[in-house]
Amino acid sequence: MDFAGILTAINTKFGDGFATVDEEAAPETVQVSPSKWGELAPFLRKDDTLSFDAMMCITGIDEGAESENLAVVYNLHSMKQNHKLEVYVSTPRTAPKVPSVEQIWRIADWFERETYDMFGIEFEGHRDLRRILLPSDWEGFPLRKDYQFPDTYRGIVVDKMKEGWE
Amino acid sequence: MGVALEKELGTVHGEEMILNIGPQHPSTHGVLRLRVKTDGEIITEIIPYIGYLHRCFEKHCENLTYEQAIPFTDRCDYIGSMNNNFGYAVAVEQLMDIKVSEKVEYMRVIVAEMNRLASHLLAIGTFGLDVGAFTPFLYCFRDRERILDLFEMLCGARLLYNYIWIGGVSHDFPVGWVEKTYDFLDYFEPKIAEYNELLTYNKIFIERSADVGVIPAEVAISYGVTGPNLRGSGVRWDIRKEETYGIYDRFDFDVPIGTGAMGSLGDCWDRYYVRLRELEESVKITRQALDSMPRDGDVHAAVPKKIRPKAGHVYSRTESPRGDLGFYIASDGSDTPIRLKMRSPAFTALSCLDEIARGWMISDVIAILGSLDIVLGEIDR
Amino acid sequence: MVDYLLDIFSGIGWLSASPNLAFVLAVTLSGLPIFLFMAVNALVAVYAERKVSAFMQDRLGPMGQGVGLHAGKWGLLQTVADAVKLLTKEDIIPASADRKLFILAPFILFIGCFVAFAGLPFNEHVVAADFNLGIFYILAMGSVGVIGVILAGYSSNNKWSLYGAMRSAAQIISYEIPAGLSLLAVIMLTGSLAFRDIVAAQTGTTLGVLPSWFIFDNPFTFFAFWLFFVAGVAEVNRTPFDLPEAESELVAGFHTEYSGMRWSFFFLTEYANMFIVAGVAALAFLGGWLSPFPGYFEGGLWGIFWFMSKAAFLIFIMMWFRWTFPRLRTDQLMRMCWKFFMPASFLTIVGVGIWDLFIR
Repeated sequence: MDFAGILTAINTKFGDGFATVDEEAAPETVQVSPSKWGELAPFLRKDDTLSFDAMMCITGIDEGAESENLAVVYNLHSMKQNHKLEVYVSTPRTAPKVPSVEQIWRIADWFERETYDMFGIEFEGHRDLRRILLPSDWEGFPLRKDYQFPDTYRGIVVDKMKEGWE
Repeated sequence: MGVALEKELGTVHGEEMILNIGPQHPSTHGVLRLRVKTDGEIITEIIPYIGYLHRCFEKHCENLTYEQAIPFTDRCDYIGSMNNNFGYAVAVEQLMDIKVSEKVEYMRVIVAEMNRLASHLLAIGTFGLDVGAFTPFLYCFRDRERILDLFEMLCGARLLYNYIWIGGVSHDFPVGWVEKTYDFLDYFEPKIAEYNELLTYNKIFIERSADVGVIPAEVAISYGVTGPNLRGSGVRWDIRKEETYGIYDRFDFDVPIGTGAMGSLGDCWDRYYVRLRELEESVKITRQALDSMPRDGDVHAAVPKKIRPKAGHVYSRTESPRGDLGFYIASDGSDTPIRLKMRSPAFTALSCLDEIARGWMISDVIAILGSLDIVLGEIDR
Repeated sequence: MVDYLLDIFSGIGWLSASPNLAFVLAVTLSGLPIFLFMAVNALVAVYAERKVSAFMQDRLGPMGQGVGLHAGKWGLLQTVADAVKLLTKEDIIPASADRKLFILAPFILFIGCFVAFAGLPFNEHVVAADFNLGIFYILAMGSVGVIGVILAGYSSNNKWSLYGAMRSAAQIISYEIPAGLSLLAVIMLTGSLAFRDIVAAQTGTTLGVLPSWFIFDNPFTFFAFWLFFVAGVAEVNRTPFDLPEAESELVAGFHTEYSGMRWSFFFLTEYANMFIVAGVAALAFLGGWLSPFPGYFEGGLWGIFWFMSKAAFLIFIMMWFRWTFPRLRTDQLMRMCWKFFMPASFLTIVGVGIWDLFIR
């Protein structure tokens, strides 16, 4: 199924305007709000014509310190139907919350932990949301654009990046 | 729990003990820590702790130009560096609509398949080592050494090549390299039978790996297990065939899948044997590519002077020796990406360890870990 | 040898006056060569192991030119250098270890092996203590070592060591049984536990050409030899039965926390145990010090030569195993022992009995 077909299937199920597409910036990406993602995800997984059984990737994105939102991008793939879908879920920077899909695609468990680790996006309903790559006592979320590099970690002085070095 | 084990051991239970496998342990293939709960020798729970080798790849990339990120991709999966370069280059080229020259396409396939050989040799050898067979490991290294020598001749490096550039490759094949590669392939092909004799059909090896650590196909897909691990579970899925990138559609090769020949479908032996069969396929592809490669052409012809993609994003995946290697790159039109995410196949493979290894013995966990062929550099990035 | 020395001492006036002193002196004098032999055996065997493994793995092993900083011609000095390194290495005892037991463990293991050597004859005369139940004595002393292994694993206060020790205890105790039972087949044929009688029973030829060693005596003894040998390999913790020290699983098993000289005692004992198993197999099944060409090259030093050659050949086979096979899993190891080796060794006893009574 091509992108238009998938979009139609989604909007037929949930009503028009449920999922939007930004034709200019990302023509092949479905954009939904976090609360809608919670409804959409099980449908994408279970629906026979869509049957997205593989979660390829979950990416957190911070588009710049001045933007008010963080985003999570889900790249889905269907092994049965051999089609793909990208879902873009935007969430406010001050209280980033996205429903967890960890129980729908098992790999989302670690991907969501990683996104939480790097961006501090809270995945509601995740059964074991801990830091995964960084130590459990790390402060801050490094991949956010407004992240302040720590001066010390457990008494170890962290060298600053040299000015003008690229 | 393994059915056979359950039958054997019945309902005898003792006190549970917590055991840390790693981060300093000979068989974790790097700095991985597994916190396991054991009941005697039987494992009742595994919690993997990763991140010991986290080098902030993604954070670094946000401050680097696109071409500067290539050496960092080398260091992620240091066993399959060529394939990482390749995957990254393909992603950026897709973002910028760059078409590389015919010769470069062939060269990329050749080096990527040679690198796949080297990587699978390491996987096979260390899996043998994990179940206690030392000699196959050195046999594999003997042959891997020759590939590394060829790469050294090609680009001066033996492990971290930085060879495939965006829009090209760093050097043309040196004089005599193609002949030497032919020689290597002629030498290498009969050696596969040697591995079979020494390890594959060894009774003890089969006892140790067949029926152990079965990953059913649905579980594998749900956990995002890809590459030889997924094919070991009987799913014929190879990005080189299904979502062809580069010029892989021009070559004639098979995608070997697990059959459960020695035990059940998707066990350690199947995963091992898929890798072994892929050696033959990679040799086949390399040979075809060497045969039909255009001999002249500029390898830097399509290298852009300035890499500044227009605003947008791309998610592209390629088949690295370990599975689907994905790159999500988001650009805002400047020199540096605003987000570069690497979807590492070993990361997803490791995440299913608890599901498949629970109920087996300590020895089996080591074997299962070996059969998943993880590279910690890629998991931690 | 002890008896021989005692005979000599009784002729010396001041020694015969104090029999206790004479006895101690005699035991020490016969113990010393055993100790030296064990040390030399380990040196040679380690070198052989390195070279054998190297040739099996398509490499050269330790090499060097001349004497100097290199390891000597063909790396001959490599093991000497290793021994010097081990002797001068810092002795580490983990803070949380049970200190007394930790120190004691390698010595118990070593002593178990050392006293077993006392009963092992190299030819009809060269034996430290000539028992009339030598084979039984060696089997008994061979099991003393397991106490050392368990103590080492327990006292290290390390979970890996503990696993190694537990595996080792289960394994050695289990494999003692088939090893002992398969030797029983030989004992049935000779009616004696003394090596002297066992070897004497193997003189002559079978079918005109083969030396009449027990391995060629009948199909059941042939089978018993391999049962004993494989069970022996399991008893000395060599691959494919090296679970107690499985380096890819248990780091180094029961001797994880040991280093330097204490560790080298484990090493020394491993190679000495290999020699004992190979020696007993050679004595019981391969005619001991008898020549493979009955009637030629016999007696005296030839006896020592033949015995050592046979033992060395069996040790070579053990090395061959090690560099070829993967390792079994604990439950597979136990299953193999109790479900295959045990019934098979009983079968050999019954078979040998029937053969001896009705067919011979």
